[in-house]
Amino acid sequence: MQIKYIADVTNAEILAFKQGIDHEVVTAFGSDLMSDVLAYVEEDTLLITGLINQQVIRTAEMLDLKAILFVRGKTPCNEVIALAEEKQILLMMTRESLFTVSGILFQHGLRGIKI
Amino acid sequence: MNTYEKDEKNVALKLHYDVANDDFSRAGEASSKIKKMLKQLAIDANIVRRVAIATYEAEINLVIHSNGGNIEVFIKSDRIEIYVEDCGPGIENVDLAMTQGFSTATNVAREMGFGAGMGLPNMEKMSDVFIIESELGSGTNIKMIVKYENV
Repeated sequence: MQIKYIADVTNAEILAFKQGIDHEVVTAFGSDLMSDVLAYVEEDTLLITGLINQQVIRTAEMLDLKAILFVRGKTPCNEVIALAEEKQILLMMTRESLFTVSGILFQHGLRGIKI
Repeated sequence: MNTYEKDEKNVALKLHYDVANDDFSRAGEASSKIKKMLKQLAIDANIVRRVAIATYEAEINLVIHSNGGNIEVFIKSDRIEIYVEDCGPGIENVDLAMTQGFSTATNVAREMGFGAGMGLPNMEKMSDVFIIESELGSGTNIKMIVKYENV
C-alpha cells in the first residue's frame, strides 16, 4: 500500500521526508515496544506507534523501514524529525488511536506481519 | 567453540566503538555507523540487517545496563564477528537473562521502548553462533557470529 494512500485514509500529516510518499509498504506493525519491532519485523513494513523518541527512528533505520505513522497526535521533537530526514524515513502523524488506525488500514486491505 | 575468545585471524576490517552508559541520546550511533560501513562494503542486505539488529540490541543493553563498554566488529571473508564487552556490573543469572520477557531495565529504558526482555534472545536469534559469558562484579562478554549464506 502506498504511503500517500495510508496518509490519506488515516488523515495523517507528513512530518518528515515528504519525498518518500510514493513508497509502497507490504505490511504494517503496531507497537510501542521497539524490542518487539526489532524481534518480529522483517519485510518492508509500516511502523505504527505512539512512541516518539530517537530510538524509534534508530529502530526503523536498523530494519530499513521507510515510514512511521505516529498515533494519538504524538509529535516528535525537531531533533527526531531531523534524524528521520537524514535517514530518509518518512514520518507522519494522525490524531486517531493505534486501534482505530489499524482498523482503518486493515479495512483498506493492509495486513499485519506474520508472527 | 563455546567459550568467549576473540579470533584475530584473517580479519579484513576491524571496527571499534565505545558505548557510554546512560547516554540514550546517542544510543544507536555505533550501530548506525556499523550498518553504513557494511552497506558500503556491498555486504548482502540480509546479513547487514542481522548484524544491525544484533549490534543495536547490544548497544542498547550497554546503555541501559553496563558501566560502559565497547562493540568490535571483525569483517572476514566468510563471516562477521561481533564482540561486545563491558566493565560491569555483570549478569547474576545468564539463563534467566536469556529468557524472553525477563528484564531488569529501568523505567527510563522502558520509556524509550525497551526493557521488554527481548534484547538477548533477539541477539541470539540474529546470530549463527552466540556466546555469552558474565561475571558478577566484573562484566559481560558476548560473541556473535553471522555467517554469509551460500559461502
